[in-house]
Amino acid sequence: MSSPTSTPVGSKPSSDGLASPPSQRRRGQDSSNGDLPAMPTSPATDIASPAVHDTSLFSSPRRSVLPSEVDMSSPLIGVRGTPVRQRPDLGSARKAPQVDLHTELPSADGAVASEQAAGQKLVIWGTDVNVGTCKEKFQRFLQRFIDPTSNEDENAGLDLNEPLYMQKLEEISVIGDPVLNVNCSHVQSFDADLYRQLISYPQEVIPTFDMAVNELFFERFPDSILEHQIQVRPYNALKTRNMRSLNPEDIDQMITISGMVIRTSQLIPEMQEAFFQCQVCAFSTRVEVDRGRIAEPAVCRNCNTTHSLALIHNRSAFSDKQMIKVQESPDDMPAGQTPHTTIVYAHNDLVDKVQPGDRINITGIYRAVPMRENPRQSTVKSVYKTHIDVIHFRKTDEKRLHGLDEDSDQKLFTEERVQTLKELAAKPDVYERLSSALAPSIYEQEDIKKGILLQLFGGTRKDFSQTGRGNFRAEVNILLCGDPGTSKSQLLQYVFNLVPRGQYTSGKGSSAVGLTAYVMKDPETKQLVLQTGALVLSDNGICCIDEFDKMSDSTRSVLHEVMEQQTISIAKAGIICQLNARTSVLAAANPVESQWNPKKTTIENIQLPHTLLSRFDLIFLMLDPQDEAYDRRLAHHLVALYYQSEEQIEEEFLDMAVLKDYIAYARTYINPRLNEEASQALIEAYVDMRKIGSGRGMVSAYPRQLESLIRLAEAHAKVRFSDKVETVDVEEAKRLHREALKQSATDPRTGFVDISILTTGMSATARKRKEEVAQALKKMIQSRGKTPAMKYQQLFDDLRGQSKAAITKDMFEEALRALADEDYLTVTGKTVRLL
Amino acid sequence: MPSSHDWINKPLGVVEAMFAQSNSNPEWEAKVLEYFKGQLKEKESHSWVPSLNDVPLHYLKPNSLVKFRCLVQDMFDPEFYMGVYETVDPSTKANVLRCGKYKDVTECGVDLNSRNTVTAERQTFYCVPIPGESPWAKESYGCSSQARVVPSTSYVPSRQKRSYEEDDDMDTQPQKQREPHTEPHGNGDSKRQETEAPSSQTTAPSDCSSHLDLNFPLPGERGPACLVKVYEGLDSFKLNDTLEIYGILSVNPVLTVLGEEKDPSLLLLNPTESMETPEEQRAHDPPASLVPRLHMLYARPLQHNNPLLPSAPTEDQSAFVSSFLVEMASVRAELLAYLTHVLLGDGLAAEYLLLHLISNVYTRRDVLPLGKFTLNLSGCPLNSYTERLYQIVQQLVPCSYRLSMSLHTMNSMRLVPKKDYVANRLVSGALQLARNTSLFLDETQLEQGQLDSSGVRNITALGNLISWQKVDYDFSYHQMEFPCNINVLVTSEGRSLLPSDCQVPLQPQVTPPNMEEYLTTIHMAQFTSQINKFRVYLSLARTLDYSISDEVTKAVEDDFVDMRKDDPQSVTAEDLHRMLVVARLLSLSLGQTTLSRDGWMRAKHIDMLRRSRTEQQKSLNGNEP
Repeated sequence: MSSPTSTPVGSKPSSDGLASPPSQRRRGQDSSNGDLPAMPTSPATDIASPAVHDTSLFSSPRRSVLPSEVDMSSPLIGVRGTPVRQRPDLGSARKAPQVDLHTELPSADGAVASEQAAGQKLVIWGTDVNVGTCKEKFQRFLQRFIDPTSNEDENAGLDLNEPLYMQKLEEISVIGDPVLNVNCSHVQSFDADLYRQLISYPQEVIPTFDMAVNELFFERFPDSILEHQIQVRPYNALKTRNMRSLNPEDIDQMITISGMVIRTSQLIPEMQEAFFQCQVCAFSTRVEVDRGRIAEPAVCRNCNTTHSLALIHNRSAFSDKQMIKVQESPDDMPAGQTPHTTIVYAHNDLVDKVQPGDRINITGIYRAVPMRENPRQSTVKSVYKTHIDVIHFRKTDEKRLHGLDEDSDQKLFTEERVQTLKELAAKPDVYERLSSALAPSIYEQEDIKKGILLQLFGGTRKDFSQTGRGNFRAEVNILLCGDPGTSKSQLLQYVFNLVPRGQYTSGKGSSAVGLTAYVMKDPETKQLVLQTGALVLSDNGICCIDEFDKMSDSTRSVLHEVMEQQTISIAKAGIICQLNARTSVLAAANPVESQWNPKKTTIENIQLPHTLLSRFDLIFLMLDPQDEAYDRRLAHHLVALYYQSEEQIEEEFLDMAVLKDYIAYARTYINPRLNEEASQALIEAYVDMRKIGSGRGMVSAYPRQLESLIRLAEAHAKVRFSDKVETVDVEEAKRLHREALKQSATDPRTGFVDISILTTGMSATARKRKEEVAQALKKMIQSRGKTPAMKYQQLFDDLRGQSKAAITKDMFEEALRALADEDYLTVTGKTVRLL
Repeated sequence: MPSSHDWINKPLGVVEAMFAQSNSNPEWEAKVLEYFKGQLKEKESHSWVPSLNDVPLHYLKPNSLVKFRCLVQDMFDPEFYMGVYETVDPSTKANVLRCGKYKDVTECGVDLNSRNTVTAERQTFYCVPIPGESPWAKESYGCSSQARVVPSTSYVPSRQKRSYEEDDDMDTQPQKQREPHTEPHGNGDSKRQETEAPSSQTTAPSDCSSHLDLNFPLPGERGPACLVKVYEGLDSFKLNDTLEIYGILSVNPVLTVLGEEKDPSLLLLNPTESMETPEEQRAHDPPASLVPRLHMLYARPLQHNNPLLPSAPTEDQSAFVSSFLVEMASVRAELLAYLTHVLLGDGLAAEYLLLHLISNVYTRRDVLPLGKFTLNLSGCPLNSYTERLYQIVQQLVPCSYRLSMSLHTMNSMRLVPKKDYVANRLVSGALQLARNTSLFLDETQLEQGQLDSSGVRNITALGNLISWQKVDYDFSYHQMEFPCNINVLVTSEGRSLLPSDCQVPLQPQVTPPNMEEYLTTIHMAQFTSQINKFRVYLSLARTLDYSISDEVTKAVEDDFVDMRKDDPQSVTAEDLHRMLVVARLLSLSLGQTTLSRDGWMRAKHIDMLRRSRTEQQKSLNGNEP
């Protein structure tokens, strides 16, 4: 035991005080003073010197005469023996006010809180909380609060026009989970003063709330049987958002911070109540832990033997506790600094609620505890240890696994910010402005920048799962191909830095596993853990893949699923699952021959399977335009980079932060839908596209292209902050789509745009030519009459001699294969046999 | 004068006096900072402050003012401490207000129930000596220090006085503090080590380092690490900043938690004890005798780490710069001649090496770092030539590191810093370097073989460093990008596998029979004063401002358009980027702060020469990509 009695009395006051930070101290003193009336044994001198009182021999028996269960339940009407569960999250200092309340209110409070308002305004010592009013206010809040605009998932299935929390109480009576989560912003909008009290004095106010809710609950549902009494868990305190902004003023206040769990400890049993037994007379007594310490009774009250009491572990009461380390989430941090960490203690059923890697919002009470004094040393470290006692956890990324997460990105925009964004959106040239703000160090390539801009905004999410089609892809995928050194990588880097959930990988270095997910065995727990790869990590973001062409086929094959279905299926080591990967892919590929060959089609140049290519909405070529005016502008742009000062550039372009916010805002709040004209325009556009090709017997558009058009139009509407997709949007989508097609799907032989280059990998003319060669060959063989076998080389030479156009060996072989497919002939080695 | 040195010897006395006068008016804190800043502003006064870098820790007096030249390696969580507290005097029973700022421990008998207690916040930085600091820079810093330090273990007031009087006499002369210590513990070996400057833990590296890793970025580094307590301007400091910190040294043995036996019953009940793992305690509360605490009073960011240059932008500096600018061209010529010799008579390579040595990332345009100039010297002769070359570079720049890229090192070395969540600290890696450090990558050491996954990661990290001048620190659950400013020089046989801004194949004009001897002779032929001039030159050229006039801009644009007209393939945007950097560095190397038409032509010319050389190389080898 720490046995405080063994230390000299002189240093005693500090030893007791050390267990609590200064701000908590008021309540510590309050506890002693508040107890006075209930404790006739304690001498009157105690009031004069509370320090002596704390170490007095009476201190422990005094506490032990107040078994908490009886005390705390007694004032509650109609509890019917539902046991109270201790709330270690509120700290042990809560004892003081509790005792105050239980003993006759006027006398207890009156002793300290001065009868200023004639018993009317009794407050808990050190605070301005009047228990009665507080309780009443909270009950009123529960009974009356209605939030018709609520869209929280917790409130799903509740009638929004009825008092919200009464419905929740009903839920508790049905389900039997005695926890009531209360959104602090609701409290604030209902009663700002109550909210202020809750934030400032959580450890007094929350027990009051507990009482209030239990009274209300058992009044309404007298027959309910709960495991223990209902506990109120407030969350979403607006006090603090960022770990970095915590400061000494926040100590002992309720705060909400966001962060990421990096480590969780094993379960720690924490003693709540120590059980002592006298070795002489077997008299037993219980001592509650007070601020982490147990005051060992020095004298047995029964037989008056000194130092005869021994602790019986088996009969002491323990509660669960877990230490969790939380680290600042990377988005909240200023550049160039390392993330801060905070220690968090979870108690009872909050233990093991979170795992390392989870992103969570924590609501709790911020504590500071001085370093323990070492009795052997006269000096002590002047540092406090800080931690947070959790009241409520809220995972921010939990919903990513199952549904849309409109609020996981709930970035709070200030009024002014929203105003500036809206002003910007109202400008007629906002689209151009934004696209030129994108990667200003990269010169021109305006259409590509526009395309990427639309990708950043994305289309509107649509759910067709009821009609069996599942989710519709809303993400725009873009492929950039072009000569090396045309700043493709730079563009990718820029995008990766711009979006909050971006991933950057290089095709050369990544494997299928690195992109999707893999299963790992945790070396400590032997538990299988699913580790997510780049694509899953960039869910709701953009996955930038450089050197797309260098990727191995097996790796690329996983992209098929991602790029249309937006999921990743995993069947590995006994884990079968489907993860969401609603990511946009921005890929860059180099031509196979290191230089783009304008005589070849896109497919031939980059050698990617057409199945994959057709999944890109836009395919851009980044080529060197090789014209003088362009060169001049380029030179000017580059030289300017090297001498303009930092400020000049700031003026010229939109700030990256504004752009970021603009995108985040549009993505969160704007969900445009097609209006009538726009749908008509889209239909026309699609019909037009199909018409272009049909004249020449080619198909120039597939439904996939229509979908792309819709997505692009929606994204463009988002850029304008418009809730409706209008004709202008469709026009721009059409233009951009055509522009991209013109670049990538032009048949180099004919000069026409031919979508089948992308969809089947071969242009219609090429297919036609193949057919012709086969026919010519067939004719030639037929003209020879009955020759069952021919020399391969001879046939090739003959065909070349006969044909007007040049015939390559490839073409000849293709023709042979085509004829073999017709069962007209077979090729065996160097001879060709007719069948 | 001795009395005026109280601010160095007893800074806490000064602080406390000011606190006592203040009557708990919070303004006293600003006053303290003003006072120390004012003292340090005085001419040469900062050289009176002993430096942790050159004086062994046990010669420094606890609670005296010391300075420390360091790199911020890690930033720990903020901590709350008792800013003001009350103690009860045991004899008089009177309450006394005391100040807890700049101290680690409180006086005895703290009254925690006092209403006057003020909780304040401070942050701890883990600082290490600047990694890769060249021996000449260390030595030169040591020489310029005028602080006289007496072993604290045997300090007697009278002795102290005497030593100050001595100081008075020799004010003007820089002194070595090495000479006469009275050694309380005098075995020969330890004496030698102590006089060799860096701190005490080097005396017994074998037994200390085994259980206490001081977390230096580079292997084989020595010197004291320090926990710096920062009180003001927390946001102005960034990881990897190089600072000269003036602060109060605290080595109170109370701080040593290690080895302190713990009462298990207390452990169970006291929540604060159990939440730290032993690793974490070791990292955050190492013994004060090894890792002293420093309470920061004033920190000066180091623009450069060259002791030969006046520090901080003051009037002297601008005077110094303008006087040096006159000589600039001649020093450049000498340096070029020297480098030409070193590079076996290859003048072009020497020119490029010179440009590389003064390159500097001067700004970033969104993701693009501007001004970096990574040089790939290909065709280096084997057999320790590169090693000798590095030694010569090391002689010229204040900070440098040679990374021998052998298969083994690439697979086993940690280049990228990684967060260790168990110990809750950032485990350093070789790429955690101060700005303007010269990183010498020796690819000639690389042999054929298998790179494992960590090897691939290391190569990727090097590639990222070269292309984007950033290092992605590994925070296990995510990565965090830290921009850097490191001059990378790659020496290789063929073209390097790493990207580079510019490749120069070395064309030796001489083939000395004995390379070692050849290079040593060249090196020995230089006078120290000459070398010092080179050092100043390289550091100075980097700091000059630079601009391009509209007229020249126009000319450059025209030129570019013309070049493209002839053959669009010959010049790409990337080439223009490089030529603009070359032009910039070339102008600066001549001390010109604007680009002249001439300068541009020269830049074009040498780039042309270089390119024809690479073409030639390509056609020779044929199979190079």
